[in-house]
Amino acid sequence: MPLFIKEFLNNFFNPTVYVVISIIGFVVMMATYRVWTKPRIAMGLLALMVLFFIASWSDPNFNKIVTKPDNVPIVSLVFILGFFLWLSLRQAAINDERIERGEPPREATEANDRVLVWPDLVYSELICMVIFTAVLVLWSVFIPAPLEEPANPGKTPNPSKAPWYFLGLQEMLVYFDPWIAGVVLPTMIITGLICIPYCDKNPKGVGYYTLKERPFAITTFLFGFIVLWVTLIIMGTALRGPNWNFFGPYEKWDVHKLETLSNVNLSEYFWIHLLHKGLPEHWFARELPGILLILGYMFVMPPLLAATVCRKMFQQIGFLRYNIVILHLIVMAGMMIKMVLRWTINLKYIVFIPEYFFNI
Amino acid sequence: MAEEKSVSTPPAPKGAAAPKHVVVGQYPPPPDISRRNFLMSWAGLAWGTFTLANGVGAAATLRFMMPNVLFEPPQKFKAGKLDDYEWDKPDERFKTAQKAWLMKTHADWNKKPAFIALDTTCTHLGCTPNVLFSESKIKCPCHGSGFRFNGVNFEGPAPRPLERYKVYLDPIDGQIIVDKTKKFLYEKGEWEDKESYIDLSSA
Repeated sequence: MPLFIKEFLNNFFNPTVYVVISIIGFVVMMATYRVWTKPRIAMGLLALMVLFFIASWSDPNFNKIVTKPDNVPIVSLVFILGFFLWLSLRQAAINDERIERGEPPREATEANDRVLVWPDLVYSELICMVIFTAVLVLWSVFIPAPLEEPANPGKTPNPSKAPWYFLGLQEMLVYFDPWIAGVVLPTMIITGLICIPYCDKNPKGVGYYTLKERPFAITTFLFGFIVLWVTLIIMGTALRGPNWNFFGPYEKWDVHKLETLSNVNLSEYFWIHLLHKGLPEHWFARELPGILLILGYMFVMPPLLAATVCRKMFQQIGFLRYNIVILHLIVMAGMMIKMVLRWTINLKYIVFIPEYFFNI
Repeated sequence: MAEEKSVSTPPAPKGAAAPKHVVVGQYPPPPDISRRNFLMSWAGLAWGTFTLANGVGAAATLRFMMPNVLFEPPQKFKAGKLDDYEWDKPDERFKTAQKAWLMKTHADWNKKPAFIALDTTCTHLGCTPNVLFSESKIKCPCHGSGFRFNGVNFEGPAPRPLERYKVYLDPIDGQIIVDKTKKFLYEKGEWEDKESYIDLSSA
C-alpha cells in the first residue's frame, strides 16, 4: 500500500471520525439494503475488504495487530458478521420485493421443501461438529494461547485490555463513571433485550426474513449490536494502544505518544466560561445546570417524542410499553451524545459530584 | 339460613377473643394454642433451633472477618530519610510492596513544596497507573486517565485526584513514616490537613 494512503489513514482516523463513519455506514447500509446485498455488489465489497487486508499485510504495525493471537477472533468476526448480515438482509430484500408484489414470502412457499430432523439435520450437524472440532484443534496447535507473565501489582500491562468481547464496555468506561458504564448501561442492555417480546406488538415477520415490515425493531437492534457493540470492539482491539490512546491502523504503538485529553466539566463551562463567575461552594448549586439537563433529557424527551416523531408508535403500543421502549432508546442515544460531547468540546462529566461518587 | 347452626366452642383462654360461632362444614375449629403454649411446642422448638443455628453461623462469619493472622505488610512503614528522595520525581521503590508513590515536590496542588505519599490506585476503576517520567505525568493504561505528579487528575475519565496517605517524620530518628490507615481525599478538602504532607517550605 502506498505510503501516502497510510499516512492519510493514520492522520484521518480518530475516535470521532471512526464512530461517525460507522454510524453513517450503518445508516447507508440499512437504507440501501436492497442494492448492496445483490450478490455481485456484495462480492465486490468482500473483494474490497480482502484487498484491504492483503494490501495492509506487509505493514509491520498492521500485521502485528491482526496476527496477535488475542485478535484472531476479531478479524474472523469482521468477516463472519459481514456474511451473516448480508445473508439476512439479502433474504429480507428478496421477501420485501415479493411482499410488495403481493406474493407471500419465500419461506411460505418452501413448505414442501422441508427436511427431516433425522437423518438430514442431525447429519449436517454432525459434519459441522467434526469440522469445528478440527478447526479448533488446528487453531490451538498453530496459534498458541496468549499467556502472559504472572500478574504483578507493580507492573500493569500497557495497554490493559479486557477480554475482546468486553472491549465495547471498556470503551464506554472512557466516557463514564464506572458505576454507570459498568453497572447501569450493561443492565439496561439486558433489560432492553428482556423487554423486547413484551413491548413488540408487531405480529409480522414471524418465520420469514423482512426489514420493511419491522423497520424499527430490526434497525434499533442492529444499531445497538453493530454500532455500539461490534464497532467499539474493533476499535478497542485494533485502534487503542498504550495509555489507551487512539492509534491509526498503520501507526506504531508508541508509549510516549502525546495526546491532549484535558477535559472540562459542564459546571465549569457554565459557571466560569459562560457566566464568568467562580464555582458555587455547595455541590448542588454547582451541579444544578447538569442535573436539570439530565432530568430534562430523561423526563421531557419521552412526552416530546410521543407528541411528535413517535406519535404513531405511542398510539400503537400504549403508554407503559412506549415509556419502556423510549427509556432504553434515549439512554442508548445519550451514550452516543456523551461520547460526541467528549470528543468535540472535551466535556468530562455533565453531573460531577465526586463528594458522593456520583458522576454522569 | 336454616342449615347454619351455632355450635359452642371449647372454652377459650382468658383474654383471647374467641369466635362467637363457626359455620359447620366450612371452617376448621380454631387451633387451641396460646402464645405461651406455642413457645413450648414442637414448632417453637424447631424455630428456636433454626434461629440458634443461624445465629451461630452469623457469629462465626463475623469472627471470620477478624482473622488471627494477617498476611499483609504492615499498614505503617518507614521510608528512609527525606534526603533519599529526588525532587519532583515519584519514587517507585514502595510501589509493589506498599502501593505508594513517595515524592518531594516543588509544586504541590497549593504551589508549596512538600513531601507526599500517593496511593497507586486509579480513582476511576482501580488499575495501577504507570509513571511516565518523560511526559511528567501518571497515566493509567486501562482507560487513559492522566494525573500530574502531585496526584491531581487532568485528563481521561478519572473523576478525582489520587488519594494520599498520612506522612510524618519520626521524632526520634527523623525517618519518614507513611501511615496507610489514614487517607486524605482532595475533593473533601482533606489535602489541606497538616498530616497529609510534610512541609518542605524551609528546606
